[in-house]
Amino acid sequence: MALGWYLTVSALVFCLGAAGVLIRRNPLVILLCLELMLNGGNLALVAFSRGHGSADGQIFALIVMVVAACEVVVGLGLIVAIHRRRLPVDVDELSELRG
Amino acid sequence: MTEVLFFIAGVGAIAGAMGVIGFGNAFYSVLSLVFHLISLAVLFLLLQAQFVAAAQVVVYAGAVMVLYVFVVAYVGGKGQSLAPVGPALTPLAAVFAAALAVELLIALLGSGLSVVNSTGAASGASFGTPEQIGELFLTKFLLAFEVASYLLLVAAVGAVILARRRRGLPDEPTPAPSHVESPRLALVGTMAETVHALPESERSPAHRGGW
Repeated sequence: MALGWYLTVSALVFCLGAAGVLIRRNPLVILLCLELMLNGGNLALVAFSRGHGSADGQIFALIVMVVAACEVVVGLGLIVAIHRRRLPVDVDELSELRG
Repeated sequence: MTEVLFFIAGVGAIAGAMGVIGFGNAFYSVLSLVFHLISLAVLFLLLQAQFVAAAQVVVYAGAVMVLYVFVVAYVGGKGQSLAPVGPALTPLAAVFAAALAVELLIALLGSGLSVVNSTGAASGASFGTPEQIGELFLTKFLLAFEVASYLLLVAAVGAVILARRRRGLPDEPTPAPSHVESPRLALVGTMAETVHALPESERSPAHRGGW
């Protein structure tokens, strides 16, 4: 398979993730869509790593996975804190910094 | 064989991504993302990235998604699914995403890079194995490795601080003791079951015979 196919899939996944971030209002789903965008980027990194025959891109993808895990943990902590304060779990309603 | 696998996994990845956006219930979105991640792991395997594929399945589809499932169960997954933000904003977002897709595809496929049309550089059997990844992590990318470990530590501490119960905040009301709401059957699950210590008035007629 030519690597262009993999890059096409990665671009489509990235754009679907971007569409989800823009359309959805539940912060949980927005975090999921951020994961989609990061995974699209990861697929492109691994594809180029294969194309150049060097494993550096795979290291980059693994570090992106670490950063994504950190982002998820902090984001889910924020959502739990929002839920505890009985604020609406909806990004349009949450327009103030002050809880 | 490779082509068939690629198309199955690629269609699976895109369908999973669509499911994440389309499902109204956040729980189904999480399950759809798990499907997407596993399809992506197959694509990684096709690209000879064995270790990344394994990490994807174990760390992402395993650990991170379990965290998501717990939070969805805690917060409650139901919500407005595709409720429009404003009268015209949601179609605008879809148009923006489509434009971004066209732009990215032009940038990637029209770039004229020789890599795009090749099937990949020649690589030995050790390409992408845990051995090679580990060696790179401990030699060339040692700094990134260490920084990643600190980042994970900071994120874990931050999550605990964010999600802990604070004193002085209105919290959930303490739930009423469960036995008030759900009466248990007589003579079930208590000491009375063994010693027959229930008062005569509470015994059911069936037990009064003493069997």
